[in-house]
Amino acid sequence: MMTQVQKASFWRILSAFALMLVLLAISGTLRAHEGERHELHKAESVVNPRSDYWRQVREGVQGYTAVKGQETNVLIQGGGQNWRRLRNGPIASYGGVLLGVVVFALGAFYLWRGQVKLSQPRSGETLVRWTLAERVLHWYTALLFIFLAITGLSLLYGRALLIPLVGHKAFSVYAEIAKLLHNFIGPLFIVGLLLMFVAWVRDNLPSRIDIDWLRAFGGMVGDRHPSAGRMNAGEKMWFWLLASGGLVVSVSGLLLDFPNFGQERWLLQLSHLIHVVFALVLMAGALGHIYIGTIGTEGALEGIVRGRVDKSWAIQHHDLWCEQLAADESGSSVPDRPPLPETSHIAS
Amino acid sequence: MARMKFLCDEERCIECNACVTACKNEHEVPWGVNRRRVITLDDGLPGEKTISVACMHCSDAPCQAVCPVDCFYTTEDGVVLHDKDLCIGCGYCFYACPFGAPQYPQDGAFGARGKMDKCTFCAGGPEQDHSEEEFKKYGRNRLAEGKLPLCAEMCSTKALLAGDADMVADIFRERVVRRAGNDNPDLQRQPQGKPWGWETAYKEG
Repeated sequence: MMTQVQKASFWRILSAFALMLVLLAISGTLRAHEGERHELHKAESVVNPRSDYWRQVREGVQGYTAVKGQETNVLIQGGGQNWRRLRNGPIASYGGVLLGVVVFALGAFYLWRGQVKLSQPRSGETLVRWTLAERVLHWYTALLFIFLAITGLSLLYGRALLIPLVGHKAFSVYAEIAKLLHNFIGPLFIVGLLLMFVAWVRDNLPSRIDIDWLRAFGGMVGDRHPSAGRMNAGEKMWFWLLASGGLVVSVSGLLLDFPNFGQERWLLQLSHLIHVVFALVLMAGALGHIYIGTIGTEGALEGIVRGRVDKSWAIQHHDLWCEQLAADESGSSVPDRPPLPETSHIAS
Repeated sequence: MARMKFLCDEERCIECNACVTACKNEHEVPWGVNRRRVITLDDGLPGEKTISVACMHCSDAPCQAVCPVDCFYTTEDGVVLHDKDLCIGCGYCFYACPFGAPQYPQDGAFGARGKMDKCTFCAGGPEQDHSEEEFKKYGRNRLAEGKLPLCAEMCSTKALLAGDADMVADIFRERVVRRAGNDNPDLQRQPQGKPWGWETAYKEG
C-alpha cells in the first residue's frame, strides 16, 4: 500500500515537473515575442520596495508597537503554519498508525506464540521481587502515565473520534477537565519518573549477558531461556526508553505547562511537537511493557501486584538474580561472606 | 453573499492607534487583551511602514484547523468566530495563528489561560444577536446592526478598510492605479523624482 502511495506521489511530482517545463518553454517564447514592446518599459527591472517589505514581514521581523505584551511587535509568525501542518498531518496520522500497528502486532504475536508459560510447575516457594515501596512507586507512575496518555490522546484525536460520538458540548466539558488534569498531573508524573530512575538505575546498567538475552528474544521465541539478572535486557530497554523519553517529555511538558515565563511561540510549537512525538513513542513502548507483564508471561504480574514471585518463575526468567539472592542469604548467615559466583556481579 | 475582509493600506496608515482604542472601547475587552494592534517596521528609518493587524478571518483558518474542541466556525459572511462556551483555553490557536490574533485573559502556571478572545469583525458570537451574553463574551455585534467594524469605520486616513472583499479590492485597486505614477518611468525621469512616497517627502535620492 505504501509503495502505491509513493508511486502515486512520485508520478504526481514527475507530471508537475513536466508541466512546469512546458509552461516555462511557453512563457519563454511569449517573452521573446513581446521583447520589443518591453524595451520601452524598463520598469520591470526596478525592484518594488514593497516586495522587500513583505519578505521581511514573512520572515517574522520585529517592529515597534504601542501594544504591550509578548511578541506583539511581530506582524506575522510563519512557524504556526509548520506546526499546524506537522501536528495535523504526519504526527497525528503516523502516531495513530504506530499505536494501531503495535496493538495489532501484539495481538498477532499472542495468537501465534500464546502466553510464555512456566517451564517448571510452581514450586510453592516464593521470593520477594518488588518491595512495597517499589510497587507503590510503579503503580503510582503507571497510573499517572495511563491517565496522561488518555487525556493527551483526547486532545490530539478527540476532535476526530469523540466529537462525532458525544457531540461538541460534552466533549468540550471533558476536554476542559482533561486539559486541566493533564497539566496538574504532569509534574507529579515527573516526580514518579525521577524516583523510579533513582530506585532502579543500578539494576538496569547494561551488561554482557544482555546481548545473549536479546539474541534469544528473551525466551519469547523458541524454547531457550536466556540468563538474566534482576532486570533482563527487555526490562532494561524499557527502563532506558522511559528514562530518556521521559526526560524529553518532562522538559517539553514543563515548557508548555508554564507559559508564564515568557516562552515565545516558536519554543511552544517546538515543545509541543517533541512532546507529542515522544509521548506517542512511550505509549507504544508502554503497550509492549503491559503486554509482557500481563497476558504475555505467566507469573509476571503477581510480582508487581503482590510483591512475591514463584521460585520456578524466578529461575526461568531471572536465574542470575536467584543465584544472587541465594548467595546473599548464605552470605548474611555466614560471618565470612563467600565470594559471589562469577555471573552474579555481571547481573547486578 | 459577502466575503468579509480587512485590508490595511500601509501607505496610508499613520500609526495613530485609534483603531486599537476604538476596538477596546466598543467591545469593552478585558484588560491586557488587544484585539487589534498597530505595528511599525523600520520605525524612524527611511521606508518606515505601519500596518494595523487583527484577526484576518482566513478562508483556511489555522486556528480552526488545530482547535481540539472544534469551537471555531465561519459565518455566511466569511467571518471566523468561536464559541467561548466550548473553548478550553489550550493555546493551540495562538500557536497556529500567523497574526497573533488569539489572546487570553490570563497567562498563568499549569497552562491556565482562560477563554480565548479575538477580533470578531464586530460580528459577535453564537449567542442571540444583541443579547447581554453576546456583548459580555464577544463585544458588540455591529454587523447585525448593519454596520461595519468600528476600527475601519473611524480610521481617519481610511488606511484600514473592512467589508466585502470585492468592494475592498475595488477601492484599493483604484488607489493603486492612481499611485501608479510612482512606477511610471516617464514620471520618474522628471527632475522632482517620484510623484509621492517617502523618497519624495524626505527628498531622498
